[in-house]
Amino acid sequence: MMDFNSAIDLGPHATFIIISYLGVALVSFGLILGTILNSKHQKKRLADLEAKGIRRKSDK
Amino acid sequence: MKKYSPPKNINKSQTVKEMNWFDKLAHPGQFLKWSKYLILPLSLITIALFGIGLWFAFFNSPEDYQMGDTVRIMYIHVPNAWLSQFVYMAMAVSAIGTLVWRHPMADVSMKVAAPLGAAFTALALFTGSLWGRPTWGTYWEWDGRMTATLILLFMYLGLVALWRSFDDQLRAAKLIAVLTLVGAINIPIIKFSVDWWNTLHQPSIISAEGLSMPASIYTPLLVMMLAFTFLFVTLHLVGMRTEILKRKADALIRKSVSQTGNKGVGK
Repeated sequence: MMDFNSAIDLGPHATFIIISYLGVALVSFGLILGTILNSKHQKKRLADLEAKGIRRKSDK
Repeated sequence: MKKYSPPKNINKSQTVKEMNWFDKLAHPGQFLKWSKYLILPLSLITIALFGIGLWFAFFNSPEDYQMGDTVRIMYIHVPNAWLSQFVYMAMAVSAIGTLVWRHPMADVSMKVAAPLGAAFTALALFTGSLWGRPTWGTYWEWDGRMTATLILLFMYLGLVALWRSFDDQLRAAKLIAVLTLVGAINIPIIKFSVDWWNTLHQPSIISAEGLSMPASIYTPLLVMMLAFTFLFVTLHLVGMRTEILKRKADALIRKSVSQTGNKGVGK
């Protein structure tokens, strides 16, 4: 059975636990955001090139 | 500007229908086609695994009889430590693909994996340090496991820097593949360091004899390991797709510049 009280009370070293999880969350979200933004940037570059009529023969 | 030429092992006269499964896997255009169907399922599996893993970690697992609640740091430390080595081994396999088979996707895989591996290694050191202070009384100890992992982080950062310093990505891939394989010697050193030398670090929790912990603790650990592994696989896949698009755009810009002399194209 879930015990929220004991789960929320992280004991005398709660700060170490919370900072660990926050650090991992921050870097993980950073990786995800960076990957998404980079993907969007490259797709936009290709779309811009295509709009200017620059494309590969096989794409025509 | 980075030079990019088509993979040498792809026969240009060969049609897609004539390709076997391996050629289809290797062909960047085909990779873009089939891999797009994997992104959503992989993302959903990753989110679900993190949800389940975090629920277990905070609401459905006991504190350790020795370490107390700090055992919960293990649920993020061990997965990152596992990935720090797994990603490097994936890069080493890709390096073999680059050097032996000149697999067109192998250098793309190597390049995209390096910054991810660096991030997971940094997180393993960060969480390990925060776990070490309350359990060992110190943030850092220059023992075999921690020192070898720090060296691994520097190796990742060096490889990322090398990729960025080369204009010609195909030449870079060959050099970096050799360096990656040489650096792979560090992985067994990290793995067995706790057996070879005296250390504060506990022995491997997963061994040939099985898991050295009760089910209530290894269940959240295994779920979180799966969650982080799926996170890596998803980010790696999307990153590879992006790198292919980048090389495609770079090639188009080079072609346009060589034809028109317009250096402002695509900037």
